[in-house]
Amino acid sequence: MSTISIPTQTATSVAPIDRRDGAMHRLFGSVASSIATVIALGLGLYALSRFADWALINAVWPGESGATCRQASGACWAFLGEKLRQILFGIYPPAQQWRPAIVCVFILVMVVLSLNPRQWRLRTVGVWLVGMIGSLALMQGGWLGLERVPTASWGGLPVTLVLAVCALGVGMPLGVLLALARRGSLPVARFIATCVIELIRGLPLISLLFMASIVLPIMLPAGMTIDSLLRAGIALTIFSAAYLAEVIRGGLQSLPAGQLEASRALGLSWWQMTRLVVLPQAMRKVIAPLTNTAIVMIKNTSLVLIVGLFDLLSSGRAALTDPAWPTPYVETYFFIAAIYFCICFGLSRYSMWLERSFKKGELR
Amino acid sequence: MFKRLWYNARARSVMAQVLIACVFFGTLGWLAWNAHTNLTQRGIATGFGYLSDAARFPISESLVAYRPTDSYARAFLVGLINTLFMSALVIVVSTVLGFLLALARRSSHPLVNGIGTVYLEITRNTPLVVQLLFWYSLVTINLPSPRQALNPLPDVFLSIRGLFFPSVQLQGDWLLLVGTLCAALLIWLGLRPLRRRRPALPLGRWFLVLTLLACVLAWQWGGLALVSDAPQLRGLNFVGGTALTPEFTALLIGLTLYSAAFSGEIIRSGIDAVAHGQWEAAQSLGLRPWTTLRHVIVPQSLRVIVPPMTTQYLSIVKNTTLALAVGYPDLSFVITTTINQTGQAIEGLVILMGVYLCISLSVSLFMNLYNRRILRTERP
Repeated sequence: MSTISIPTQTATSVAPIDRRDGAMHRLFGSVASSIATVIALGLGLYALSRFADWALINAVWPGESGATCRQASGACWAFLGEKLRQILFGIYPPAQQWRPAIVCVFILVMVVLSLNPRQWRLRTVGVWLVGMIGSLALMQGGWLGLERVPTASWGGLPVTLVLAVCALGVGMPLGVLLALARRGSLPVARFIATCVIELIRGLPLISLLFMASIVLPIMLPAGMTIDSLLRAGIALTIFSAAYLAEVIRGGLQSLPAGQLEASRALGLSWWQMTRLVVLPQAMRKVIAPLTNTAIVMIKNTSLVLIVGLFDLLSSGRAALTDPAWPTPYVETYFFIAAIYFCICFGLSRYSMWLERSFKKGELR
Repeated sequence: MFKRLWYNARARSVMAQVLIACVFFGTLGWLAWNAHTNLTQRGIATGFGYLSDAARFPISESLVAYRPTDSYARAFLVGLINTLFMSALVIVVSTVLGFLLALARRSSHPLVNGIGTVYLEITRNTPLVVQLLFWYSLVTINLPSPRQALNPLPDVFLSIRGLFFPSVQLQGDWLLLVGTLCAALLIWLGLRPLRRRRPALPLGRWFLVLTLLACVLAWQWGGLALVSDAPQLRGLNFVGGTALTPEFTALLIGLTLYSAAFSGEIIRSGIDAVAHGQWEAAQSLGLRPWTTLRHVIVPQSLRVIVPPMTTQYLSIVKNTTLALAVGYPDLSFVITTTINQTGQAIEGLVILMGVYLCISLSVSLFMNLYNRRILRTERP
């Protein structure tokens, strides 16, 4: 009677192990992937060991002198330690460098705070506006006993940050206007907006920077001059406005026509419709590409080097001219690239996170 | 009366447009008028007359003959050819590299995927100028002078003056060979209807063998020979062979690596856009992975890839202006040198902008035509 055995449920319910999922299979599953593993490992280890030799083992650490750097075969981090303030703040008077430092901290903190979607309201815009005007006034000085520092001696990270923030902050409303005009019903406005956008997108940024730095002074009435930093800022702003406008236009186009008809049926004026119905939906759709455009513009601020402004990159290059030190170009560019990388990589991760969280909201 | 006009939608739109046009063209006119008065006051002659004057500055590398006694117009031409040459090279190499990058990023192999991702994030998140200067310093700083040049392969020299390697030249009557190749191309195109009708015929193989035979015959007949010209150290630099200057090398490496990251992501999203069922269907038909990619996936993903790729190619052309940072004599470099010499800033910038607008418009025209062609294959 007891010879009949009932197969237990557990024995069959365990899923067969799929050998294709394991890491070993991915690395050595076939001849091709084994070869790829060996080559990638070999190349990666070789590159890593060379890099470690240069950057860690044979490196000269801060505290050493320029003469030690000339002897060593590795990276000269001592130079960066010595010149850190010059690279970050340019030729701003050393005793006054707490002012650009405050500006940098303010901008970075504000950027981090504004990343939170809960902070996207009018008050944040107000804080930005007041803060930026205050920052510029603090950098400029000339009030409350602060020493006056002309923009010609500004330099380094604050210039890069101020240029990027202004180009994006002023470029955004301009871009919204251009996009609305291009999608709007007024033929003349549409024509002008299309021409401006296409013209600027067809030109390299360098030509616009040259235009602003060389030709703009000729185009102003005699006696009226514009600061060179402001001129570069104008070129960057117009450039970013054209690119932002195209991104925003994508958002406007993706809006269903029913939204416009519905708001017209409710009797909203054009202005109310745009402010309450069109823009909130359109902007929400294009936040990820807008962040990408912002990253591109942050990288583009480094081009002011070519018209002779002292942004982060050019003050790094200026620091390299000290004869007491060897010229560690590679280390300096490495450091500058690392600063840009932190900002841009952070923003790109943020845009991915934002896109995901918006999608989650739509799926519900 | 006014109240009625104010609330009339048509009248309002006309008024708004007149206002916009007045402000826009008024500002432009004001700027132009100021420029005119300023220039006449300072006695700067305007116009393009200076183009025929002698340029009087050397250009370090050019694909067409150029001497400092040539005119500014000639110098601009040299710069333009350099720009186009560099753009074409970067576009081709970065597309190939981008395709490989896309495959690496799609691969399930963790190491290959990881290396692709690291490369992508580093190149995309740092400014191009910094990368160019980085490569330039890497190419120039750590290399020896020509007398102590590195000699990794026989007749290949790497020094601070650039990379020198033997050039290979064809000597003899090459017309016959070129004629043969042209004829082969024409015949292949002429065979197209037959290939369409009878796809099973092994025409391609036979055609290849015959073409090779014809080429060998033409080679013998023309008495062609390959002559190599090795670089030799004369004085302070090398003479002969082909030279890649540090500026050219840095710009080529920097721009290619930077653009490949962007092209790679465009290609990857194009491949991702093809439905997964297409892979499975091709697999169940017995196609190999590579054949699937070539005949099933790529033709479909091209439709997604081409529009953003157009923008990408245009930005490569515009990015070549960064040659200024490393000193490769492209158009912007020549024009800024000219502006410094002559002071004709407006004219120089107008030429620069005009040329770039023409390039932008013609590239987008060409890519739109191509786009239409690949779209048409959707339904015969």
